[in-house]
Amino acid sequence: MWSFFHKLGSPPWLYGIAGSILRYLLPVTVIALVVGAVWGLLFTAPDFRQGNSYRIIYIHVPAAVVALAGYYVMAAAGAVSLIWRMKMADVAMKAAAPIGAALTFVALFTGSVWGKPTWGTWWVWDARITSMLVLLFLYLGVVALYEAFDNKEAASKACAVLSLVGMVNIPIIYKSVDWWYSLHQPASIKFTGESTIDSSMLYPLLLMITAFYCLFACAMLMNMRAELLEREAKTGWVRKLAAEGAH
Amino acid sequence: MYFDSLQAVLEMDGHGMFVWSAYVVTVIVLVGMVAHPLRRRRRLLRDIGGALRREQGAGQEVTN
Repeated sequence: MWSFFHKLGSPPWLYGIAGSILRYLLPVTVIALVVGAVWGLLFTAPDFRQGNSYRIIYIHVPAAVVALAGYYVMAAAGAVSLIWRMKMADVAMKAAAPIGAALTFVALFTGSVWGKPTWGTWWVWDARITSMLVLLFLYLGVVALYEAFDNKEAASKACAVLSLVGMVNIPIIYKSVDWWYSLHQPASIKFTGESTIDSSMLYPLLLMITAFYCLFACAMLMNMRAELLEREAKTGWVRKLAAEGAH
Repeated sequence: MYFDSLQAVLEMDGHGMFVWSAYVVTVIVLVGMVAHPLRRRRRLLRDIGGALRREQGAGQEVTN
């Protein structure tokens, strides 16, 4: 058990294992995304009330779900880096932030484009949408804060604190559709009780959610690998790797 | 397949513009998300390798 944690703190081991995981996970993820998108776009029936615009659900919901889940990953890594000063946790936190920002942007953009034909407006200062916008700013804040400090340790501490404070926003996003009268529809997929979505629409949606989770993992591992190379540029293992011209 | 022609796929009963622009922007963002770290890592390896060769070259000149 302890040897596992010891390995986890070892940059060359982490770099290598991330590469091995990516070799399998990335192709599987791309296939799942293509299959899920084609399934949702071409092989499902339109929604009886919204028509074909509902097909945006197959990217909107996965992006939003994983953007939220990514925040837990980032904040957890921030907590570990703050409490135990684990360097790899800091690498993980820095790797998660831009991906979270990208996915939150996708959720907001697709939501806006979906809103026009459905609600008649591109944007509304609705509780769900506004709290997602706050999530985007939290992610971007962490990205910007890293760049703002010359001192790496101070940057990592400030980012960890920001991401932990930002956790307040997460339950607000989840509960926003129940707490406030909102244009945004409540969740269709429920863990307890029956989902209010037809199974012919549910399966491609679940596939896309899984694929987006895998994509998050892939992008995060790739960011971590690049970050490790940069931080360890002066060490023997990186120099050996660069000399071999290995990719 | 739900649609019976390519035209129908593109138009989606008037919602085509919305659906396709959402998907296109998403694809661009997702590809960028993966391409960015890939390019960054390749560039780092190239730069570190280049610096290493220059260092070795300089070292050989000194010993010669």
